[in-house]
Amino acid sequence: MNALQSFNDWLPVIFLAVMGLSMLAYVVLDGYDLGVGILLRRADQADQDMMVSSIGPFWDANETWLVLGVGILLTCFPAAHGIILGELYLPVAIMLVALILRGVAFEFRLKAPVAYRPWWDAAFYGGSLGAALSQGWMLGSYILGFQSGWAAAGFAALIALCLAAGYALLGATWLVFKTEGRLQTQAVKWARSALMLTALGVVAISVATPLVSERIFAKWFTLPYVVLLAPLPIMSALLFYIIHRSLVRLPTRLAQGNSYGDWVPFAATVGVFILAFYGLAYSLFPYLVIDKMTIWQAASSPEALRIILFGAVIVLPMIVGYNVLVYRVFSGKTRVMSYGA
Amino acid sequence: MNEITASTFDPLILHRIQFAANISFHILFPTITIALAWVLVFFKLRFAYTQDAKWMEAYFFWVKVFALTFALGVVSGITMSFQFCTIWPGFMNTVGNIAGPLLAYEVLTAFFLEASFLGVMLFGLQRVGHRWHTAATFLVAIGTSLSAFWILVLNSWMQTPAGFEMRPNAAGEMVAHVTNWWAVIFNPSFPYKLSHMMMACFVTVAFLLAGISAYRWLRGDRSASVKATLRTGIVMAAALVPVQMFLGDLHGVNTFKHQPAKLAAMEGIWETQRGAPAVLFALPDEAARVNRFEIAIPKLASLYLTHDINGEVKGLNDFVGVHPPVAPVFWGFRIMVGTGLLMLAVGWLAIWQQRKGKTLKPWLGKVLVGMTFSGWVATLAGWYVTEIGRQPWLVTGVLSTKQAAADIRTPMLIGTLVMYIAVYLALLVAYISVLFYLARKAGSPSHISAEQIPREPISPAKLVSSAA
Repeated sequence: MNALQSFNDWLPVIFLAVMGLSMLAYVVLDGYDLGVGILLRRADQADQDMMVSSIGPFWDANETWLVLGVGILLTCFPAAHGIILGELYLPVAIMLVALILRGVAFEFRLKAPVAYRPWWDAAFYGGSLGAALSQGWMLGSYILGFQSGWAAAGFAALIALCLAAGYALLGATWLVFKTEGRLQTQAVKWARSALMLTALGVVAISVATPLVSERIFAKWFTLPYVVLLAPLPIMSALLFYIIHRSLVRLPTRLAQGNSYGDWVPFAATVGVFILAFYGLAYSLFPYLVIDKMTIWQAASSPEALRIILFGAVIVLPMIVGYNVLVYRVFSGKTRVMSYGA
Repeated sequence: MNEITASTFDPLILHRIQFAANISFHILFPTITIALAWVLVFFKLRFAYTQDAKWMEAYFFWVKVFALTFALGVVSGITMSFQFCTIWPGFMNTVGNIAGPLLAYEVLTAFFLEASFLGVMLFGLQRVGHRWHTAATFLVAIGTSLSAFWILVLNSWMQTPAGFEMRPNAAGEMVAHVTNWWAVIFNPSFPYKLSHMMMACFVTVAFLLAGISAYRWLRGDRSASVKATLRTGIVMAAALVPVQMFLGDLHGVNTFKHQPAKLAAMEGIWETQRGAPAVLFALPDEAARVNRFEIAIPKLASLYLTHDINGEVKGLNDFVGVHPPVAPVFWGFRIMVGTGLLMLAVGWLAIWQQRKGKTLKPWLGKVLVGMTFSGWVATLAGWYVTEIGRQPWLVTGVLSTKQAAADIRTPMLIGTLVMYIAVYLALLVAYISVLFYLARKAGSPSHISAEQIPREPISPAKLVSSAA
């Protein structure tokens, strides 16, 4: 491994951090709006409009985190970009088409003639589900280091289902947080049915990663790490319990007109995603391709990274600041969007 | 007949078709948004000066077109960011130190300005008032243009690379390292490419404005806003098409200096000669290395390329094995120039018919409707000339297209290619029909402008404080 002696050695670490946080932001933020898309078919027309309105001001900015993350992978770690996206060629292509359909359906379902609207709603649902499944598939095969064979494909398929469930959980808890009345009560039920599969996915990933690589096994299950890292699974389990308890209690409370704590399931779900991400990042570091390519091997030359860093230092704080502002401006319960003016 | 089997078939052509399909689909939408953003700024400024509601009506209609076009540009742009390395891994391996920062700056500027101001531009007028809303529209326009700036830096650098040196990396492969960023950015073809492409965007939008407005006008919509946008489109077309031709000529002279093989293919000139003719029509035969059925004007090419009637023009036979495929470049160039000439004729005729308060003749209105997307034809033809014309190089003299290609299995390439093309065609049909549908809806009598101009704008300071 590399000793971090000079600023040049630190540059890849800095960009890994930026890329990782972008990806985490993407998974959580686009996760909830893809989740809302996955749940769209279960609602009637009026609720569908409310669901789409609840993600309207956000989805475009949410998706650009993916562009930033992949942009950093492409420009700062080009060698890893080639290997990872080359191995994932097919699921990437499917995800791209799904994201295209989802993104344009957003515009078209409001602007196209009413007769075509069911088609664009179907594209919105299909695109959301397709994107979630293909991202899960990619995560599954990335964790296994792109092994081939039926077992690997089965694992990737399982993670695909679990991630879609995880997004549905994020989406449903987002709706619990952002809407009222019948839709809110409905969303509590959706969240409960997505909870088990999400938990299964987190467990499957946690079990699989140490088994794939001895190095990762050693990072987790030797002293003192096994003790130091114990809070991670404990906290995850605790968060799942909090989500479960909150979802059980909410319907009674909501029926009484008390919306206290309607944000808890969403916040706790985000917490689960953050912990899972942290665990995965800990397992992988400093490799971008498991046990094959480190961030230093994949990085562009220091002079290229320096010039990118210069732009990133100026722009990134503005992006973060703006995102915070938007979420504050559109805080509170959703109203159906007025488009145009 | 040659037997083409999976084993002898060259997957390189599939790589190129797939990338070309994606990038061709993508470029259609930025071509519109780059210039339409400035037109929207213009509408808002006209409203600020005249207080005439027709300009806001025009704004509200065209901002919907902008939003739709922008969404298509964003989603097809995401596809591009995934494909650079999956289809052309050799590209980033060899020139990543140059392409990386340029692409990163493109993403950062586009990301920042898009995320920051598009929301305000689309939904925010009621919240922030006219002054800040115009500022947001202006910043979105700056953002789209900046995005074009960085992409054209990269593209022109691939055509005429400068400001770098090749050094071996740890694995012993030769890799480009920047020696002078200024020379990379302002490489020899950059000013010509940037101005030619920016002007292409404005000409495309001129015909889009004129075409959609003429459509509404022909359907009996005589509102002041339709007349205003029709006039805006026609004036832009008449004024800018000649400018574009002048810029194109400068670009051609630049290509003549720096990429003589591309220019020889564009002109269809095989033998190096003094007093070279301008070939108007021919069927270039690359096997026999001659033009069939050639119609040419003697000495003209030497005149416009070297400004000397007997100037020397290099022919394709000086570049055997390292020149681009001739026919597509030759024909792409003629389609671009032909469309441009047609645009010039229609633009000037329309402005003549509209002189002194007279109205457009219906037949010319129909021609304008037919030419709504003529800018796309010329722009795509032009891009094919310059990109196919760069072959066999990906980065001229540094990296060949073949060296950069990935090892992707042919069935997978064909499968995904079919999928992409099906989706793109469907979306293109949907896009064009929705544009005309919006035009019909806007002109129908039942459509009473629900979009009110806000009476009491909220100041952004208030917005921020109420948000916090």
